Amino acid sequence: MKLEFFLSGIRHTLPLLVSASPFGLIFGALAEPSGISWITALAMSIFVYAGASQFIAIGLLAAGAPLLVICLTTFVVNLRHLLYAAALKEAIAHLSLAWRSVLAFGITDETYAAAVSRFGDQFSHSHFHWFYLGSWLSMYLNWIAWTGIGILLGAQIPNIESWGLEFAMVVTFIGIVFPLLRSKSFWFAAVTAGVLSITCANWPYHLGLLFAASAGVTVGYGWSAVIRQKSNAAIKGGDNAS
Amino acid sequence: MHHDLILILGMMLATYSVRWVLFGFAQKIVFPEWFKIALAYVPVAVLTALFIPIVLTPNGELWLSFYNPYLISAVVAAAIAWKWKNLLLTISVGLALFLLLRFFWS
Repeated sequence: MKLEFFLSGIRHTLPLLVSASPFGLIFGALAEPSGISWITALAMSIFVYAGASQFIAIGLLAAGAPLLVICLTTFVVNLRHLLYAAALKEAIAHLSLAWRSVLAFGITDETYAAAVSRFGDQFSHSHFHWFYLGSWLSMYLNWIAWTGIGILLGAQIPNIESWGLEFAMVVTFIGIVFPLLRSKSFWFAAVTAGVLSITCANWPYHLGLLFAASAGVTVGYGWSAVIRQKSNAAIKGGDNAS
Repeated sequence: MHHDLILILGMMLATYSVRWVLFGFAQKIVFPEWFKIALAYVPVAVLTALFIPIVLTPNGELWLSFYNPYLISAVVAAAIAWKWKNLLLTISVGLALFLLLRFFWS
């Protein structure tokens, strides 16, 4: 049963492994042109393990930004993991602190997406953590391996980083988001976040991203609250009539 | 080397602290009901805010054109994701189309 869930975690992560691979490859290839050593790039993938933040960090490094700015930006870009953790925490609350600390390291967009694709909105299952572990270990090893391949290939193939392979991240996110647009309120959340992500793109430290996402959640939730209130009123009205 | 070590440690702290805080205190923190409903909107809002700028402003400026390979491939990928709800199909067709368009239009 444990093994079954572990393997199911890997299986549901397979498409995400495919799309994370070119992403890891460009990261590795970008290390040298950005002026960081291959050891540092590899260490980032092993110890930080956060794709979007790693990209932003080497961009900032290449631009000569101070360390404090890089760490603050990393923090802000990662705040979305807080929201994934909030959604997942009920399902792991019964585990030991050691288990929870290990699982926490593996919170990524991809593992969250794999969990949604397998369990929907209800993560509560007694073997959920084995599924999660399978997903995160496969993502983690894949990410480190492709960072390494990128480092090796980047030295051989010039301009590999300008092939537009970062588009892999775009199709992954599209593949996760569109099936989730089940009602108007989800569409409103997406459109709000999308429009603001463009108009607030120039805010310092990528704070525009955080603002756009928070505004999207607020609008989506606000619309759903209005709908719920209306339908509650309709039910009450019906009771009075009968 | 010293500089890089601090960089890795700083980024690790900035990442793991965020990931750990709710899992570490999972048994002590209880969310109100409205908050749980709002959480359902998080992936949609966050991921959209992450991919839209790459699609519409790949070179830093708004590029609404049929010849924007990011835009065309993203629209096709979205249609596939919407119709079939299949992640692997969305990723493989979207990525293949994007590489083809980039090859032919550049």
